[in-house]
This record gives sequence, C-alpha cells and structure tokens, in this order.
Amino acid sequence: MGVRVETRTRASQIAGICALVLLGVAIALPAFAGRGLIQDLFFILTMLVLAQWWNLLAGYGGLVSVGQQAFVGFGAYAMFGAVILYGLDPVPSILIAGVAALLLAIPTAFFAFRLQGAYFAIGTWVIAEVVRLSVAQWKTLGGGTGTSLPRSATRDMWFVDGIKALFDVKTSAARDILAYWLALALAVLTIGAIYWLLRARRGLALAAARDNAEAARSVGVDAGRARWFVYLWAAFGTGLAGGLIYLQKARISPDAGFSVLDWTAYVIFIVVIGGIGTLEGPIIGVLIFFLLQSLLADYGSWYLMALGVTAIVVMLFAPRGIWGLITDRTGIELFPVRRRLILNTTKQEASDG
Amino acid sequence: MIWLDTLVQGVLLGGLYALFAAGLSLVFGIMRLVNLAHGDLIVFGAFFILLLVSLLGLNPFLAALIAAPLMFGLGWVLQRVILNRTLGDDILPPLLVTFGLSIALQNALLEGFSADSQRLSAGALETASVALGPVTVGVMPLLTFASAIAVIMALNFIFYRTALGRAFRATSDDPVTAQLMGIKPASIFGVATGLAMVVVTIAALYLGMRANFDPSIGPARLIYAFEAVIIGGLGSIWGTLLGGVIIGVAQTVGAALNPEWQILAGHVAFLVVLLIRPRGLLPRAVD
Repeated sequence: MGVRVETRTRASQIAGICALVLLGVAIALPAFAGRGLIQDLFFILTMLVLAQWWNLLAGYGGLVSVGQQAFVGFGAYAMFGAVILYGLDPVPSILIAGVAALLLAIPTAFFAFRLQGAYFAIGTWVIAEVVRLSVAQWKTLGGGTGTSLPRSATRDMWFVDGIKALFDVKTSAARDILAYWLALALAVLTIGAIYWLLRARRGLALAAARDNAEAARSVGVDAGRARWFVYLWAAFGTGLAGGLIYLQKARISPDAGFSVLDWTAYVIFIVVIGGIGTLEGPIIGVLIFFLLQSLLADYGSWYLMALGVTAIVVMLFAPRGIWGLITDRTGIELFPVRRRLILNTTKQEASDG
Repeated sequence: MIWLDTLVQGVLLGGLYALFAAGLSLVFGIMRLVNLAHGDLIVFGAFFILLLVSLLGLNPFLAALIAAPLMFGLGWVLQRVILNRTLGDDILPPLLVTFGLSIALQNALLEGFSADSQRLSAGALETASVALGPVTVGVMPLLTFASAIAVIMALNFIFYRTALGRAFRATSDDPVTAQLMGIKPASIFGVATGLAMVVVTIAALYLGMRANFDPSIGPARLIYAFEAVIIGGLGSIWGTLLGGVIIGVAQTVGAALNPEWQILAGHVAFLVVLLIRPRGLLPRAVD
C-alpha cells in the first residue's frame, strides 16, 4: 500500500484552467477596451501585487510591517534616478527599483528584527520615515517637492512605438497599455512565485515557524533565516511594484512615494478584508477595495472612516476575512498549499468502482 | 551659550514626548498591547478640550479637568468592547484593529473639525518666561516637563503603592493566577486603558497649548511616543522620560544645525540606541 502527498484539489485544477483563460483575455484586452478600463485594471493589479507581498510577510511570516511604503518610494526613486541621472530607459529601470528596494531591506531588517511583534510594526514605520526624510534631502531629484520623468524618456520608452503601431493609439494611451501589460506580468509572476514558495520546503518551514516557533525549531527549522528570506523577497517585489506604479504616474514626490496611507494602509485593508494568510484573500480584497473606492471615493473622509471600521469589524468577527468565510462554507481552495496524504489503495478502489 | 540653550529646550521638549509615551507604556506594560491609534487618541483629546473651551468658554486647564473623566470612560469602553476581544497569543488582531481605529479616528476628526490647524489658547502663559541661571526658558515648556514628572510619579505610586497597582502587576505577570485571586483581567484592562486615556488627556492639553494641531498629526506623535518607550527600555516608566528627553534633545540639536533635520535627527537617535542597546537604556531586569 503506497502513499502519496498531494496539494492539488479538483477546485484548484478548475481554477487553474479558468485562470489561464482569464489571463488570455486580459492580455488581449487592450485591443477592445477603453483607456479608462486599462487604467483601472493597472491600479487593481499593482495594488494586488503590493497586497500579495504584504500578505506573505504578515499572513505567512508573522511580520506585520507598517513600513512597506519605504520600498515603494525608494524603488520608485531609484527608477527615477536611473532614468534622470544615467539616462537609462524607464522599462528596464523597474528592475533597478526592485534591486534598490532589496538592498534597502538589508539594513532595515537588521534594525527592525531587533524589535518583536507590535514593536516591529512601528519600527518599520520609523525606518520608512527616515528614508522619506532622507530622500527629501536629495536635491538633484527635486528634494521635498519631487520631480518628473523627462518627456524624452517617457516618449521613447521601450515597446511604446510597437504598441502605437499595433493598436493605432496615441503615445499616452500606448504608455498606459505598456504599464498595464507589465502590471499583469508582475501580478502573475508574484502570485506564481509566492505560490511556488509556499508549496516548497521553505514555505512549509515558514508556516511551521509561524504556527509554533518552538516546535518548528525542534525539527530543525531556522525561523530567523525564514524571516530574512520572506522580508527580502517582499521588499524586492514591493520595489518592483513601486517602480512600475511611478513609471505610469511619471511624477513623484517624497510625500506621495512614501505615503503610509496609499502603500500600506490600503494594502492592509485589502488583505484583512479579503482574508489574511491565503492567496485568494488579497484577490477578493482588491476587488472589494476597488468597488468601494469607485462607489464612495467622492465622500472622501467618510469613505476612509468606513474602510477603517470595516477592517475592525472583519478582524473582530471574521478574522480570516471574506475568503475565510467562503472556505468555511464550501471547503474550496483555489491555491491549496495544504499537504494531504493520499493512500494509493483507496484511490484504486475509487477508480475500480 | 546657544548650545546650552538648545540643550535645555530639548530636555523640556522631552517632557512632552514622555507624556505622549507614558500612556502607551502603561498599556503595553499591563496587557502587552500596542495601540497604533495612540497618537490619534491624543489628537482626539486635543480636539475634545478645544470643543469644551469654545463651547463653555473655559480655560484649557479646566476643560482638561472636565475631559479627563470622560476620556477615562471612553478608554474603559474602548477596552471592554473592542480591544479585549483582540487580546491573545496572535499579534495580528490587536495591531490590525488599532490600525483600523487610527484611520477611522483620523477621518472622523477630519470630517468633524476640518483639516484646519487649531490651537488651545492659554493666554499670557503662552509667552511667559523665567530666567533659570544663564538661560531663559518658557513657562509653558517648564510646566510640561513638571507635569511629565508628576504623571510618572503618580503612575509609579499607583503601580507600587495601591491595591489597583498590585492587581495591574499581578495581571501583567500571570493573568490566570491573578484570576484565582479574584481579579478580573477584563475589568483590570478596562481600568488600565481608562487611566492611559487620562494621561492622554494631559498630553493632549500640552500638545494643544504648545503648538498647532490638525487631524493628520496623530501618527507622528505615536512614533515619537514609541521611540521614547523603546529608548527607555520596555516596561520602565522612568526610562520613558529619559527616552523622551533623548528624542527631544536630538530634535532641537538637529534643528539648530539645519531646520530640515529636526525630525530626522530624532529618528536617527532612536536607531543609534536600537543599534547599541537593543533592550533600551533602562530595561526592566526581567521581561
């Protein structure tokens, strides 16, 4: 009687096929969608990327960071620096944004990991403030008032001419399509990378360390190394997203790039409302967030108040978020990471019968 | 001479930061809860005092005296209704709930009082000064510092000399055993947060009289308070005063070198302490 370990479920197979179809549609979308829709989807996709990385940190790594805006802003500034100071093309400079954020994460982690739990949260926030105030001193990139990408750089960006010819659109629309495709690629890569990570040995170690640090250590899991690993990966992914977001905006200032509300608070709400500690949660969360924002954004502070109260209510009464409620009712997992032991004999009986 | 003056101003500014931090330190010490809405609650307190001042035409000190018991009640309700539900081994719920509270509170204040800068007027006291040896200091900063010391002494007295303090310490050490002795942790936590809100009211009074405030400044106050707590050492209430003073001195010295460096210098001082003494300058013997 042999045994196998599986993570796949029927729901995950169906979801996989649906996701491929959806991806095909999403790639072809600029051919028939208007510019407004493309911009909305860009926003949704980039927020999804930020949410997935924060979810990896907090939901799987137990590292509640309130300072992810440091990596968005620093990555974006690194991208601007590469374009403005060294004349690089903005598209490959997005990679520089990711690497810069990764490098920033090393000293940040060194300081922040000295703080435990809740103090880690505020510690990351302090470091983000230090980075914001330091970048504001960088006069060549506009100091406190910020700067824009030069017109020549955004006009002659890679792929823009090709997209213009392909869809017969103006430069600005072609830039939006390019940004959308890049965001789509980044979102797919992010979800793929996190899913792969969680199913690999390291993901198992991470979940073990989160659930019970002592027990995990007794079977040889180095929790400290696992934390460094997710923190650096999350910084890299967040930095890439930061570079991409500001490639599309083409204008940055320290207050916008390092905004705790835009790049961390919203992200936390997305993950909490959708369901923390699941890959599906941020996807649901970002759709709800976008819906709420389109419906209520005109009400300004009322909208933010409602968002804050919703997060409190969800955390108190449904701590696993909306996706948690759905899984409890239906048992569906679209991205199963749980390992299930399957006895081969029962499998044979099932196929015989 | 200028440097001595800067130093004294910094020390006195530290009194204000110690007031910000004392409430945070109290709540953390008893229930290991870090309230991310602490700064916004201070700003809320300042608006509450402002409301009493403008509605009843009171002096700010008198208004704070009226506000304090109401703030105590608010803290008690907040703890009993919301925060007690989040306590446990998992650190996520308290953090995310208080973060949600912070955003909700900021925007409620924005809706109620607009984004305009406000100030509590303390009349002649605002500009009065006294000569202390070679330096002249404002009466208001001096009063702030004296209040910080008074608050810390009062908290120490409550902690180590009263039955309530014994219950605080017992619950902090071991809630289960404390329950066997007839202490209800849920109710003790309510009183602790209520007390923290009284300290918040005092902090709010001086915040409002010394500088302009608006609904958006809460998170920065939280960060200063947090830095003071960590520099001082977790659980040490006198350490919190020392931490506040270090942040205050770093900020005034930074501002004297270059006005743009004021806030940055405070943060850098915090990081330096974190680097060389990760447990703070006056850590409690066991934690």
